[in-house]
Amino acid sequence: MTTHPPTVIKGGRLIDASGEMTADIIISEGQIVAIGQNLDAELVVDAAGCIVSPGLVDLHAHLRQPGKEEAETIESGARAAALGGYTAVLAMPNTTPAVDCASVVREVLSLGSDSICDIHTSGAITVGRAGEQLAPMAEMAALGVRIFTDDGTGVQDDRLMRRAMEYASGLGVTLAQHCEVNSLSEGTCMHEGEWSARLGLAGQPSESEELMVMRDIALARLTGAKIHFQHMSTAGSAALIAAAKAKGMTVTAEAAPHHFTLTDACCKDYDATFKVHPPLRTQSDVEAIKAALRVGSLDAIATDHAPHAPEDKELPFDQAPPGMLGLEYALALAFTELVDGGEMSETQVLAAMSWRPAAIAGMKNHGQLLAVGTAANLCVIDPAQRWVIDATGGASLSRNVPYVGKEVRGKVRHTMQFGEVVVHDGKAQR
Amino acid sequence: MSTKVTSSRTSSNSPHLLSITDLDREEIEDLLKLTDTFVEVGRRPIPKVPALRGRTVVMLFFEDSTRTRLSFETAAKRLSADTMSFAVSSSSLSKGESVRDTIETIQAMGIDAVVVRHKSSGVPAQIARWTTASVINAGDGCHQHPTQALLDAYTARSHLGSLEGRHIAIVGDIKHSRVARSNIEIFTALGAQVTVVAPRTLLPAAVATWPVEVSQNLDEVIPTVDICYLLRMQQERMTEALVPSLREYTKSYGLTSARADRMAEGALIMHPGPMNRGVEIASEVADRPTAVITEQVSNGVAVRSAVLFMLLGAGRHLSISAQNDDLVSASQLGMRSDPVLTESFSTTEETP
Amino acid sequence: MAERERKMSRPYGGVFVARSRIMDAEDIARALRRMAHEILERNHGSSEVILIGLQTGGVFLAHALAATLEDIEELVPGSMPVCTLDVALYRDDIGIRPVIPEEVTDIPFDLDSKVVVLVDDVLFTGRTIRAALDAVIDFGRPKMVQLAVMVDRGHRELPIRPDFVGKNLPTRRHELVNVTMDGVELGELQKS
Repeated sequence: MTTHPPTVIKGGRLIDASGEMTADIIISEGQIVAIGQNLDAELVVDAAGCIVSPGLVDLHAHLRQPGKEEAETIESGARAAALGGYTAVLAMPNTTPAVDCASVVREVLSLGSDSICDIHTSGAITVGRAGEQLAPMAEMAALGVRIFTDDGTGVQDDRLMRRAMEYASGLGVTLAQHCEVNSLSEGTCMHEGEWSARLGLAGQPSESEELMVMRDIALARLTGAKIHFQHMSTAGSAALIAAAKAKGMTVTAEAAPHHFTLTDACCKDYDATFKVHPPLRTQSDVEAIKAALRVGSLDAIATDHAPHAPEDKELPFDQAPPGMLGLEYALALAFTELVDGGEMSETQVLAAMSWRPAAIAGMKNHGQLLAVGTAANLCVIDPAQRWVIDATGGASLSRNVPYVGKEVRGKVRHTMQFGEVVVHDGKAQR
Repeated sequence: MSTKVTSSRTSSNSPHLLSITDLDREEIEDLLKLTDTFVEVGRRPIPKVPALRGRTVVMLFFEDSTRTRLSFETAAKRLSADTMSFAVSSSSLSKGESVRDTIETIQAMGIDAVVVRHKSSGVPAQIARWTTASVINAGDGCHQHPTQALLDAYTARSHLGSLEGRHIAIVGDIKHSRVARSNIEIFTALGAQVTVVAPRTLLPAAVATWPVEVSQNLDEVIPTVDICYLLRMQQERMTEALVPSLREYTKSYGLTSARADRMAEGALIMHPGPMNRGVEIASEVADRPTAVITEQVSNGVAVRSAVLFMLLGAGRHLSISAQNDDLVSASQLGMRSDPVLTESFSTTEETP
Repeated sequence: MAERERKMSRPYGGVFVARSRIMDAEDIARALRRMAHEILERNHGSSEVILIGLQTGGVFLAHALAATLEDIEELVPGSMPVCTLDVALYRDDIGIRPVIPEEVTDIPFDLDSKVVVLVDDVLFTGRTIRAALDAVIDFGRPKMVQLAVMVDRGHRELPIRPDFVGKNLPTRRHELVNVTMDGVELGELQKS
């Protein structure tokens, strides 16, 4: 473990869960050691005109390793994350082999141990994510896994989901669900609506997501378990979650940037870059997701970063794999669509991207208050910088970016992970 | 002295026919009028004109259809074009090779147009991004089958004259039918009123947004139509829980003898083929003189010649509006080296 | 005239503006009469003659010539075989500039061993006639092909010569010649 020189982040506007202030921060040996005015240290990081925030935390990224290293590796994914301001990422378990036992957990954590982003992994709920048999959650929890999901698919069987909830709540871990009822979504490749009819593509109705949200809320009420809903995409889902929260249930939920930015109309040229599960929905769904993020009934923004090799995304639309990149663009999209294009404040966006996801994932070193003694996992954001998203030049090994040509504002200038400046002036340092 | 005028051939400028929505009403009318010319060519002792001599038209049929492929091949050969055929049945389309690699390999051989049929919607649109050749959609998944719609409109007009104000019923599995989508577009573009008749399971969920009337009652609709257009009812729909049984389907939606008897005088019966006799159409009804199915097939070659000529010869850009869609009739021109026209043509062509 | 102007406007990139009248309606009628006599003389009567008018400018002339021949030979009106031919599909500039057939070709007679007389309004570079010859040969094997034009304006680019001419009219390249039953006008294209 190399030691990094004492560093001062100068002239930034500090924002965290407690409020906002303009100050300098000194970091030494991986921790914040001083906050004040006119401070100095050996290494100076310029934050003039910038926001200094606890590092972003992504609850949902596909790092593809082990199994699909041509699309992404843990190292390249970590780099993309750090460039996007993330100091921690929760990897999804739909690798090959799936992360469904202690040995694969160990492999993933080992691959990520020296990366410039703090890599955590989720574990599968069922063996092989096949939805038939419970996976050994206890042995994975012993290695630090706090969130379990079969992501890529939802747990279809009601009884099995009930048992999983009971078992998980006994362990004190959280279950997360990719809500999709396969019998309604099988063979479909986009949202069922006006566009799917016009394009001649099989579509899944909003209900294929909402039915599972309803079921899991009911089962959570039955079992008392904590449930986290992944990548919510419909107005109906947002309403169901708001209602459950109003009744005092412990449910949390996330939404992905593409679900508050893009609609099913994007599929009109049959570019499979726009194919994703759950699919891009209608403009009124987008508005509902934005509103739910604003009032907090959707707690967090999670990227669902899903890299795919170009030849896979060039397959016919119905055959191509679903998913789009997100780690390097999420913050800018949030500032552009939710602050400028909505009614959220930058602080509310940072809450949804840093301290609330950190709390959901139980990550003690991330999303903390900017205070003396906390781990130095921070990002420095230039909120005024305008830029245009393009598919080339990203750190990901893949190029399936659905926002090419989009003008956005907000760029991460520096990222600090456990006291190390891993991104400086928009460039990864290693 | 005559500057050789070449048309700019970059992907974004190549004219394609991917969907009937690529054509406005005027273009549809022009294509139908042009079809008359090729019907006449087809009747000659030597049914061939040299119009597309030296051009290469490739058939890329990822989904089998001998009939449609031969129709396109004949259409191209009538224009003296050279043809190449790749069909999945003859396995000259290698498994595992991506569509993109296939088209880029073929294009390297020098092609002017590629006719594509694929079981997935949208593949012709994707191919159009990867080639400078003109792309013609010969049927993609459930999306569109534009040349079918054109030959259907041509056949209908040859019997009924204008379709303005006519009532056309399209009966059957609308949800999965590319023919239905193309035909709804072309018939409404030509001024007809379209009613789709099908059980709700065979209608797209968003059918209310389409410019059509919807009915579940064929008996009510049948006496009011000028054309009853029947779609194939496929066996596979049974396993997908879309209709309980073929028998039930035929009872409510089949064109039985009794229903055909109740059609108006002069009303036509049409079908894209191949027919399931006894299912969507009674065998005896398919042989009536008002059933013009074989005419649809024979008009297919002339329509496809018209499309090929329009895309490769007439210089009219169909899907992208051209800067220079001047049409010039033969007798007005002193052909190639007329300086007046060369000059006015080349200045517009040179715009990048 | 208005019809020709319409045909020569917007799609043509301009409007025809007449500068001088070369022939009037009576001149046209006299020319047709003379040409008809020449055709009859050359072919020893009309029994083997089939007229083919080239779309679109030659069609009305073919019909007028047929009527004149019927008058001179005292034939039943409408008995002179008249066909129409659209040469668009035989042109040498397909794919170079926009080309579209205007009308459907109609040649309902067997051309074998007949004398085909191609009829057009203006003979210019000769390329239209070259295309017409290719078309005619696809229909059969005429004994002879002859060419009748109302105006020969020069500027030939191919070795094509007319057999029967209404008027020889020297012109400049950029000028245009407009022929109708009312007469012949010389003018130019005014770009809109």
